[in-house]
Amino acid sequence: MKKIIPLSLLAASLTSLTGCGGEPAAKGIAPQKHTDSLFAVMNADRTNYTKLIIKRLGPDGVGAIQPEEHWKDFEAGAPLPAQMFRAGAEAVNEMTDDFTYSLQSSWPINKQNAPKTPLEKEGLEYVVANPGSNFYGEETLGDVTYFTAVYPDVAVSDACTKCHNEHKDSPKTDFEVGDVMGGVVIRVPL
Amino acid sequence: MKAYTLWIIWLVAFLLGMTYLLVRMIFGEQKSEFLIGDTTYGHYQIEMACETCHTTPFGGQEVLQDACTQCHAEELEAAHDSHPKSKFTDPRNADLLAIIDARYCISCHTEHKKDQTHSMGLTLPKDYCFHCHVDIGEERESHKDLAFDSCASAGCHNYHDNRALYEKFLLEHADEPWLKEPLAQAGQALPSITESIDRQAALTPADANAPEHALETKVLTEWHSDAHSAAGVNCTGCHSSATEAWIEKPSHDQCVKCHSREVTTFLAGKHGMRLNPELTTSLQAITPGESEMSFHQDSLETRHGCNSCHAAHTFNTQTAEVTACLNCHADQHSLAYLNSPHGQIWQADPASDAAVTCASCHMPRIESTFKGEKFAVVQHNQNDNLRPNEKMIRSVCLDCHGLGFAIDALASPHLIDNNFSESPTQQVPSIDWAKAREN
Repeated sequence: MKKIIPLSLLAASLTSLTGCGGEPAAKGIAPQKHTDSLFAVMNADRTNYTKLIIKRLGPDGVGAIQPEEHWKDFEAGAPLPAQMFRAGAEAVNEMTDDFTYSLQSSWPINKQNAPKTPLEKEGLEYVVANPGSNFYGEETLGDVTYFTAVYPDVAVSDACTKCHNEHKDSPKTDFEVGDVMGGVVIRVPL
Repeated sequence: MKAYTLWIIWLVAFLLGMTYLLVRMIFGEQKSEFLIGDTTYGHYQIEMACETCHTTPFGGQEVLQDACTQCHAEELEAAHDSHPKSKFTDPRNADLLAIIDARYCISCHTEHKKDQTHSMGLTLPKDYCFHCHVDIGEERESHKDLAFDSCASAGCHNYHDNRALYEKFLLEHADEPWLKEPLAQAGQALPSITESIDRQAALTPADANAPEHALETKVLTEWHSDAHSAAGVNCTGCHSSATEAWIEKPSHDQCVKCHSREVTTFLAGKHGMRLNPELTTSLQAITPGESEMSFHQDSLETRHGCNSCHAAHTFNTQTAEVTACLNCHADQHSLAYLNSPHGQIWQADPASDAAVTCASCHMPRIESTFKGEKFAVVQHNQNDNLRPNEKMIRSVCLDCHGLGFAIDALASPHLIDNNFSESPTQQVPSIDWAKAREN
C-alpha cells in the first residue's frame, strides 16, 4: 500500500502535466469514411482523364495524342486510363504507407490485375452483382490487418468499352457504357 | 600453465586482434580481408571502395537498395523497367514477396556470392519467373510446355528491359528483311556533340602555347593534324587546370571540360568506373590483367584512361573504334572480328556509314539534344547496351537488320563467339507466336 499511493500520485501528476487524463479520446475519421473520400477523388480524376483527355484528344477526338500501353515509346504516347490510375497509386506509395489502392477486374486484360485475395474476389463479385453498392471488410496480408474497401469501376465512356471489347487479351467483349467493369480496391492498415 | 594464465593470454590476443581489425576497417586503405566473398563481374572493379555501396554499417537492405539505385536507377528508367519496385509494393503481393522480395535488387542480385551467380548477376535459380507467372501456360497456349528457366534465356523476355521484345514491337517489325538497304547507321548521320562547342579560329604550330620542353615537332605535327587545333584548342586547353599552369599528362579531368557526356558515360562503364568521383575510395584505373576476360599479354598492365584508346595528340577515332579495342581484347568474339562480315566492311572502307566497328555496337552514337539541336553522343559506357544483349537491338542492330534476324543472332552463343560470321540457324519463335495471336 505504501508503494501504491506514491505511484498513484506520480501517475496523477504526470497526467495533469500532459493533459491526457479525463479528456475524451480524439475522434479520428472512420476507415469507411476515409476510403469513401479517397475513392471520390480517385473516381473523379479517373473519369476526367478518360473523358477530358483520352476521349477528347485521342483517336476518337482530335487525334492529338496516342493512348497506348507502351506510351513511352511514342512521341505523342499517353498512358491508358488504367495505367494513369496505376501511376497515381505508385506515386502515392512513394509518399505514404497510410493507404494503398489498385484497380482490379474479374475480366482483366493483364491477368496480374485479377482479384487475388479472398476478400478482393468477394468484393469484386459483390460490386458487380450489386451496382451502385460498395463492399467493405477486413483482411490480414503478411502480418498486417487492413480495412479493405472495394468500389465499382464503371465504364464512363465508350473509350473504355471499345478498348476492352476489342483487346485480344480481354476475357469479356460485350461491355457497355454504364457497366461495372471492375473495382477499385483501397486498403488502410489498421 | 594454469588455466588462469591461458585465459589472460587468450583475452589479450583477442583484444589485440580485434583492435587490429577495427583500425584496419576504419583507417585502412586496403580492406580486402573484410570481403565476405568474391565480388561478381559487375562490381569487382570497385570492391575496394566498400563504402560506396555499404554507406553505413547499420542500415540493412534499405541502405544497400539506395546504393544500387544511386548508380542504376537512371538506366532502369531509360529501359522502361518491366519490373520496377513500384509493381510490388501493394500489400496484395505480400505472399509473393515472402518468396522473393522483388522490391530490393539484392533479392535477385546478391553480391559477394560469385560461385552462385549466373549471367546478368542473377543469384536466384533461373526459373524464378515461375513464382508469379505459374499460370502462363493457361493464358498462352504457345507457352504451355515451356520450362521456366527458359523465359529469360531464349531471346524472348528480359526481367528489366523488354523494349525490343514486347509484343506490339515484335508485330511492328515482324516482316522486316534480314538486311535493310541502304546500310546506314542512324548515329552516323548526326553531327558530333562536340561540334556544338564554341569554336575558335584554327591554330598552327606557331600558336602553340606549351612550355619550351614540351614543344616537340612530332607532337606539334600531330596536334596540327587533329580536330583540337582546328577547333582552336591550344596546348593549355588540355594541359592546364584552374590550379595547375601545366599538366604533363592530362587525364579525364581535363577531357571532361569539353567532352562531359563522353567522360560521364566512360566513368559509368567498366573501363572507367574506378575513376568515378562518386566512389568513396580513390582507386587506380583498371588494367586488363585484373579482369577475368581474355586479353593480349602485352596489354595486361595498361591502366585504362581516355588516352588508352584515344592516343594523345592524334585522337584518331578510327583507331579508337577498332584498333584500340583489339590491342587489349583477345576473347573469341574480338579475335573473330576482322574476318567477320562486319570487320570486312570496315576494312574495305572505314569511313563508310555502313562500316560496323567494335564501337558501332558497344559504344554507339546515341542521339542527344543540346540547345535544341540533335547531336550524336558516343556512349562510352560499353556495358550500357551489352547485357542482356537484346538491349542493343534498338540502339544498334535495327539500323541495318530486321528484328527477327537480330533476335535470332543475339540468342546464339555460337554466333556471338564467331562475331556473327554465319547466319542464325535457330529461330526464336516470339515473332511467330505474336503473329499467331493476331489471327
